[in-house]
Amino acid sequence: MLLIRRDLVDAMVAHARRDHPDEACGVIAGPEGSDRPERLIEMANAERSPTFYRFDSSEQLRVWRQMDAADEAPVVIYHSHTATEAYPSRTDISYASEPDTHYVLVSTRDESQHELRSYRIVDGLVTEEPVDVVESYMFAHTGADDVPDCR
Amino acid sequence: MAVTVSIPTILRTHTGGEKSVDATGTTLAEVIDDLEANHAGLKGRLVKEGTLHRFVNVYVNDEDVRFSGGLAAKVTDGDNVTILPAVAGG
Repeated sequence: MLLIRRDLVDAMVAHARRDHPDEACGVIAGPEGSDRPERLIEMANAERSPTFYRFDSSEQLRVWRQMDAADEAPVVIYHSHTATEAYPSRTDISYASEPDTHYVLVSTRDESQHELRSYRIVDGLVTEEPVDVVESYMFAHTGADDVPDCR
Repeated sequence: MAVTVSIPTILRTHTGGEKSVDATGTTLAEVIDDLEANHAGLKGRLVKEGTLHRFVNVYVNDEDVRFSGGLAAKVTDGDNVTILPAVAGG
């Protein structure tokens, strides 16, 4: 399951819409081991293509070093599909190498209704997971006081 | 020529969990051979049919070696070699 703040979801969708019909891509960093996406970084799609994406390698080095220095991990790696559904393509699966990363796909093929889905991709095996969108991580599921909100 | 090589999380199984290891060589190809001698299995993750695997980015200092000779890229004493998984798809 991907637990993620609404503003981050909105930012991914806005990025995908802005770059349409080319694919948009980016990463959301979070504290190492936390599984909590916090800092969204829009990446340049070096391919500038409606059917492919690739992080610009120099930009990626810079961003990965920043994450390393801040003890962060790439909790989410996202990209858009602009003419097909939000499901990983064969190329997506072949490149996916981070077992702890949530791979998020945003489809912008419908201009009024986006589709956003999340996957784990491990050794070529794709597993879709639920996306739980919350306003804040601190009060993600505020209920009765005797229901601890811990994950 | 001694260089320091940064290893990405996904390849640390080959280095006993180490984030960074030392290697020697005058070209990237030699550095990778030296890595393989001490950390078996790494080469197969980096090189395919005599060229760098498209699934990885390798940098000498801050330069992506795809633009500076690939496996033939020169390294000199004290250089930093960084390996990252390429992030790409369709």
